[in-house]
Parts: sequence; structure tokens; C-alpha cells
Amino acid sequence: MTTASEPYVLNIGPQHPSTHGVFRLRVVMDGERIQDIDMVVGYLHRSMEKLAEERTYTQNIPFTDRTDYLAAMSNNLGYCLAVERLADVEVPERASYLRVIFAELQRLASHSMANGTFINDAGAWQTPLMYMFREREKILDLFEMTCGARLTTNYMRIGGVAFDPPPEFYPAIESLIDEMPTRIAEYTELLVDNEILIARARGIGVLTAAEAINGSITGPMLRASGVPWDLRKAEPYCAYDQFDFEIPVGHTGDCYDRFMVRLEEMRQSVRIIRQALDGLPSGPHKTEIPLALRPAPGEAYARVEGPRGELGFYVVSDGGPAPARFHIRAPSLINLSLLRQMAVGAALPDAIVTLGSTDIVVGEIDR
Amino acid sequence: MTAALDPIRAARVPLTGAKLVIGVIALVILAGIAGGVGFLVVSGALDGHWYDLRDLGIPIAHLRGWLDEQNKAQPAQLHDLLGDHWISYLTTALIGAIGILSFVGGVLLVLIWVERRLIGRIQVRRGPNRVGPYGLLQPVADAIKLIQKEVLIPNGADRFLFFLPPILVFIPGLLVWGPVPWAPNMNYLDLNVGVLYLIAISSLATIAIFIAGWSSNNHYALLGAMRTVAMMISYEIPLSMALVAVVLMTGSMQLSQIVQWQADHNVWLGALMPLALFTFFFSSTAELNRTPNDIAEAESEIVAGFRTEYFGMKFGLFYAVELGNAVAVGAFVTAFFLGGWSLFGLEQWIPPYLIFAVKVSSVYFVLVWLRGTLPRFRLDQLMAFAWKYLIPINLANTVLVAIEVTAFNHSSLPGVVSLGAIGVVNLVFTVWVARRWARFLGYRPETEHVLHPSLQTQVGGLRAAERLRASS
Amino acid sequence: MAALLEAGVPGSVVTSTDEWVEVRPERLVDALRWLHDDPEMDAAQLSNMCGVDRYDHFEVVYHLQSLDQNHQIVVKARLHDHEAASVPSSYPVYTGALLQEREVYDLMGIRFEGHPDLRRMFLWEGYPGFPLRKDFLQISADHHPGLPHFPFETGKQER
Repeated sequence: MTTASEPYVLNIGPQHPSTHGVFRLRVVMDGERIQDIDMVVGYLHRSMEKLAEERTYTQNIPFTDRTDYLAAMSNNLGYCLAVERLADVEVPERASYLRVIFAELQRLASHSMANGTFINDAGAWQTPLMYMFREREKILDLFEMTCGARLTTNYMRIGGVAFDPPPEFYPAIESLIDEMPTRIAEYTELLVDNEILIARARGIGVLTAAEAINGSITGPMLRASGVPWDLRKAEPYCAYDQFDFEIPVGHTGDCYDRFMVRLEEMRQSVRIIRQALDGLPSGPHKTEIPLALRPAPGEAYARVEGPRGELGFYVVSDGGPAPARFHIRAPSLINLSLLRQMAVGAALPDAIVTLGSTDIVVGEIDR
Repeated sequence: MTAALDPIRAARVPLTGAKLVIGVIALVILAGIAGGVGFLVVSGALDGHWYDLRDLGIPIAHLRGWLDEQNKAQPAQLHDLLGDHWISYLTTALIGAIGILSFVGGVLLVLIWVERRLIGRIQVRRGPNRVGPYGLLQPVADAIKLIQKEVLIPNGADRFLFFLPPILVFIPGLLVWGPVPWAPNMNYLDLNVGVLYLIAISSLATIAIFIAGWSSNNHYALLGAMRTVAMMISYEIPLSMALVAVVLMTGSMQLSQIVQWQADHNVWLGALMPLALFTFFFSSTAELNRTPNDIAEAESEIVAGFRTEYFGMKFGLFYAVELGNAVAVGAFVTAFFLGGWSLFGLEQWIPPYLIFAVKVSSVYFVLVWLRGTLPRFRLDQLMAFAWKYLIPINLANTVLVAIEVTAFNHSSLPGVVSLGAIGVVNLVFTVWVARRWARFLGYRPETEHVLHPSLQTQVGGLRAAERLRASS
Repeated sequence: MAALLEAGVPGSVVTSTDEWVEVRPERLVDALRWLHDDPEMDAAQLSNMCGVDRYDHFEVVYHLQSLDQNHQIVVKARLHDHEAASVPSSYPVYTGALLQEREVYDLMGIRFEGHPDLRRMFLWEGYPGFPLRKDFLQISADHHPGLPHFPFETGKQER
């Protein structure tokens, strides 16, 4: 006698404690195995790209905050680089160093959140998340000190940065950078050899290097698969070529490697910030540009190494004050191209852990 | 935070002046009371009298004696019909039942506060501290909130079966406190087959959870219910086998006898049989659906598992009973493995039920600690652990304990020596055989194979990746 | 570079500047495949793909990245048909085009022939129109949305 079982559809999201935002997965399951997975996005679609065509270039900077709201500084930076390339605007050196400092601080904050929520998905009830949030709180306090906002910072401007950090910024960031290595060592000690985490994350969601490259995966996911590619080293922007740092490259491309790569990137960020602080030149913090910048007709594509991957901005100008086309290359969306391949055939908990290691932000997916 | 902004530091008031004087006076009074009590205990003035509150069973026994005497003065027909002791039985049964009910109810209320504050402290935050001083009224606030919620039944759910599970899960939560031995004379339900009773009653919760999941007409709930049933059934067996080892060693299924054995031999069964202790503890976390074995209600995957469609006081009952069961598990671990109310002779001085309560609280603290710290296992990993690892090794442990008990009963060595030998043998078994068995099953400590990411400075693509892989 | 591409995939290149190469839509996938396979060009990764509405034609822009050679190649394709704009899908060459092509279809209305699962992604099936087109709100080509100049600009000339 044979027993037959019928596959059923489980709807994960859009309201769900672990989908990192309003993101919906329709999973066809047979028992606990996943047969097919279908993504439904668009719950947070705010038509930013269309709205940007009616605003000046500077007015579009707050839009970029709200795409990847967990890495607002990187978004701002990418957009400003694109417009500066389009309009041929020079950036003073102090502004470049400040941009690097804030982008790396943002990377620290974003990776704290990414790793914390990853372990939350694996089951530890927010304890590592709370520990990592201690440092994130201090980083957000630094942001608030400088530009007034914690999350949607709107700090970079076309031609530099908006404000010069106040005098109380420097001792605060010094103390933070001094204590960060001990904190990261604490997380490493508690989490890296944790048997349960290894059992949950090792061998799950494996991507080979060839699959990852062909699938347009970038960022920590690509590096975890063994490909040494980092835009800060490949196309150094904003004074990155003057700093001495290394990029961590994983071995197998599973969730555990991605977690380790992000943890190691936090250490490298601390190094970069230390060097940038030590060598911070004096000077103006931005170049004056007209309020309604009218670049010559043309196009530019600039990208930065955001915490989630290659964050690219494609800006087309037709000579007017507003861009003719404003496109954001969202790493979270593109990193999801291979979710189906990673998740089909796995058990449901594994798919959730894989989704957690992809580190998506729905604001960026939907724009 | 700077010191000026840190409210905790600002709230510490220095201890000077009137506070110091009052503190000293209070200390003197307490010392006086303690000295008086100590004198009474040593001089034997308390033993056996009805005011010997060190063991609450003694006043109850005196009460029963008094009631029996009153019983003898009743009319003869009633006496023939009902027997000699029915008044005292009825009265003491009622007193015990009300005592247990109020205790369990009180514990459930307090536990909500304890668990949330403890988890908060483990997570470097404070936990609820708004409602009442130190958040002590939080359970009351929770209860009021849950009671005033609208009663909704999901479309397509079976009405009767949907209402049943919270009640069905509360009943074992109460019944299971019956045989717990609080003190040498404080046993409400001292069954000869106490262990069997416990195992049977604690399985009732499984069917309640399954009914809850099935009747909810919800895929998440069904998935959670299936996982729960699979897990609970699997872990009943190692649980029972750990208790079999205990029963073999002490020669009795009666909980009071088990604790008495530990008191007489001045040893804790947990020290003698570490494998049984570990198995019981781990299986209990699986039975309780607590991390690291809370796959059935894994919040990050299936929202709330079998409890998804429950809200209001039904959900409150599930939640509270889960916490109450955690304390019940603490009570069993204490009674079986940690010596119960005995503390190497100190139970003359300190009331045994206080010792018991402290031990139960510490086991509960360990359960909360585990919950706050560890990630959870996947279901197939859990099941493999139970069936492939725990059951065979507990079988072997049972055989070993049987041999040891026979040797112990026939040996003429002083008790301490033979018990020490048994303890050493069991420890060696636990550590060495357990590891060998794990390796046999294919477990390689992956920490030997964890490769940290390599640090590179040159960027490249596929060719560079292949080069790196070839060189590592 | 355009000369090499013309040699490799004859009949594909229309124009080129030192920033980009424009290819014919029919030969697009062949050109991409040649760029992907050629060891000197080595366009291993599709970095970005998007569509631009230039009022009288559509443009589909591909930014290709070579990781080993560390250079970027920009390929464009021009489509003049507004009603039934269609281009062969590059999914056979780059699996990363899966979601990006769906996005371009959803927001711009350009169909990709050969895509395994071309559905609208952000908007629902049945949504009237394609939002990122310039004529979506019935604004004609010679009237740009918004003001001709902003109130804070004093003394500026009209565009």
C-alpha cells in the first residue's frame, strides 16, 4: 500500500517575524521539504525612480536614504558619486575622508544588524542581536550628533558632505573605535564555535563561485563563495586607495561563511576608520554647487560597495534640473535571483536561514 | 551613555544617616530571631509538635489526628457507611488541593514576570519595568489585556475542538504537581507508582497541542502541531529511560522514597548518574518546547506554531502553562536528581520546602538561561539525536545501572566507597562511551573543520577564485 | 572595443562611443554571449540592466563587469517600437538577469523573449500602463513635468 501526500502552499509573509520587512514567499511544500518557492515583492514600492524625475538632484538625496534604510550613508554616497561624475564636480579631500569614515561606520551598523538577525532566524531569541545593538546604538548616536538623524541620514551632498562633524564627535568616535575590537572579539568567541549555529548554518544555501558570478551576486555573498571581489579595491572611490585593508574571502559559500565574512568585514572597517581618523585632512567639507544643478546631457553609472553588495546608481541627464532617468541597482533584489535555486529541496528552517543570510532590505528591493 | 544620563547609576542612593541606623536595627532583630529559632531547633522543643513549621506536613498530621477523634463521635449509621477517617481525608484533601491550586496559580503569575526580566537581563536590557515597581504588576497587566480581547474563531475551525486545548493542557499542568515531595511529610499524592503517573500525565499535553494545531484550520498551526507531536513522542522515551535508571538505583517508584534514599545515602543521584540527569534535562526541554528545542513554535519560521490562531486568554493559558510546566520540570529534576528536600543534614535547620524551592528556582534559572543563549536545532537534527543517540546510550546506561545496583546491594564495602565507585564508573561511561557513540554515528566536531575566511588584497573573478581554492 | 565586437559578432554594432557600444536588438544576446565568452573581454557578470525612455525610443542598457580583468563594458540596445517593444532575453547568458528583466518589463513595458517567467514584479497583473514611461501620465514630449524653473532660482532663463 502506498500513501500519497499532497503538496500544500504555505504563505510566509508579508507579515512575519522573520522576513526582514514586507516580503512575501509562497512556498509549495511537501511535508517539510520545499518543492517550489515564489517571491512576491512590491509591498513597499514607492515609485522612487519616477518621483526622482521631478525633483532636483539634491532633492533626490533623501530618496536614496529610504531605499536601503539600514545603510543610508552608502546609498547617499553612491548617488552623489554618480551625479558628481555626471556633472564633473570636484570633491575636496576632507570630504572624501569624511565620506569614508561614515560609510564604514554605516557598514559596521548594518553588519551588526545583519548578523544579529541572522542568528535570530537561526533561533537564539534576540540575545546576540541585543548585544550587537549596543554598538549600533553608539554608531547611531554618532550619526545623530553629526547630521541630526539616526537612520535616514541624508548626509552626503553633491560635492562633499552636508555638515562638518561637531567637536564632540571626535572623542566619541575614538572611544568607539577603541572598544570595537574587544566587542567583535566577544562576538567571535561566543558565536563562531557555537555547535548549534554550525549545525544550522554549515552546508546550507551553498553557492559556488561560478553560479554566484553568473547570477550577478555581489557583496558578502559573493565573497563567501570564494571570489575575491570588492569594489573598494577594484575601483577605489573616495580615498579608499589610501587605506590599508584586506577583504575576507570565504571558502564554501554557505550561510556560515557569509556570517563569518560579515564579521571579518566589521574588523576591517574598524581598521579603515582608524586610518581615516588619523589622517583626516583639514579643509572645506563640500564644494558649492548651484541649488538646481543642471549637468550637461549624458549619463553616469557609479557604484559603491554597500554592506549588501554593489550599490549602483545610473543617472541620465538631459540638461534639465531633474534627472531624466534615475535607476538604483539594488543588491538585495539581485541577490535574491538565486534564492529559488538555494531553497528548493531544503527544509523550511533551512530556507529561512538562507533568506536571513542573504541580508535583504525590502526598501531596496521595492524602491 | 554618559554617567549623567545613566538612570541606574543615578538611582543608587548612598547608605548614610537614618537608613544606616534602621538597617542596623533590622539586622539585629533578624539575628535575634535566627538565634531563637536555632536554639529551639537544637533543644528539640519543636520536634513533632503541631507548631513545627519546618515541615508543613506535621501540622497537617496533627490536624488529621484531631479530626479523626471528632470523627469517632459521629452517629453509628454514618460511621458504618463512610468509615473511620472520611472527615480527615476530605479536609486534608481539600486543604492540599486548594494549596496546590493557589501555589500553581501564584507561580504562573510570578513566572511571567521572572521569565521576562531574566531574559531581559541576559539580553543586556532591563525587561518590563513600567507596570508597577520593577514591573511586578506586569502579569496582572498581561492577564487583563488578554481577558478583554475579542473572542474570534477562525473560519473553518472546529468550534468545540478549538476551545478544548487550553483546558486540556492546563489539567496535566495541575495534576503533575500532585506527587511532588516538598518535605518528608509533605506529600499530597504519595503514589507507589509516582514515576509512572508522572510519565503518563505529562503525555496528555501532547494530544492537547495536537488538537490545537489541527483544529485551527491553518497551515502554520498544522505544521507546528506535527512537529510538536513528533518531537514530544520521540523524547518521551529517553525521558522514561532516564527515570528507569533512577528507579533501579533507588528501588522504588515512589517519589518520597526516592528523595529519602538520597537523604539517607547523602548523595545526589545527579552526581551518581550524570547521563541520566543530562538525558532527563534535555528531553524535558524538548517536552516543554523550549529553546534549544523549540522548533514547534519557532517564531522566526512558523510564527507561533500551534498557537497561531489562539489569542486572548486561550493564548494566555498556553503561555502560562508552558511556564508552569517549566517549573514542574524543575521540581522533578530536583526530586530525582538533585536530592529533593535534602541538603546533607541541613534540613533540620532550614525548612525542607525552602530548600526544595531554592533548588527548583535554580533549575528554572538554568532553563531560562538556555533559552536566552542558544540557537535552536532543526527538527531532523532533534529527532536523529533522540532516536539514534539518546535511546541506545540510555539503554546501555540502564544495563550498567542494573549491574551497579546489584553489586551495591551485595557489597560489604562501606556505602561511601561503593557509591563513589559507582559514580566514577558512571562518569567514565558518560564521557567516554558517549563520545565514542557520537563518533560512531558520524558526528565529527566541526570545529576542527571550521575555516575562517582568508584575507586577500587583490581582487579578481572566477579565475582568482579557482586559484584561491587550489591553494587553500 | 567596438571593432572587436563587430568582428566577433558581425552585424551587431550600430554606433559606439568611448563609453558605450550600441548593438542591434536582434543580435543582442549573441553579442552578450560573445562578450561573456571572449577571454579578453571576459564580461563575467551582468552588473546592472535597466531601461530608459528617451521619448522617441527605448534604450536597454547593460553594464557588464569583468572581475578578472577589472573593467566595465556598457552595451545598449535601441528600440523604436513603443507598442510592442521587445528584445531577446539575456537569461541564457546571465542568470542574474532573471529579476532585472522582470523589473524592466514591469515598469517600462519592454518584453523579453525567452525569459522563463516574465511577470510583473512590483505591480500586479492588470495594472493599466507602465509607470516609468514618460507618457504614463499623459505628459507630452515637449512638456517636462514640474516647473520650468524653481522659485528659488532668481535671474535664470527658461529652459
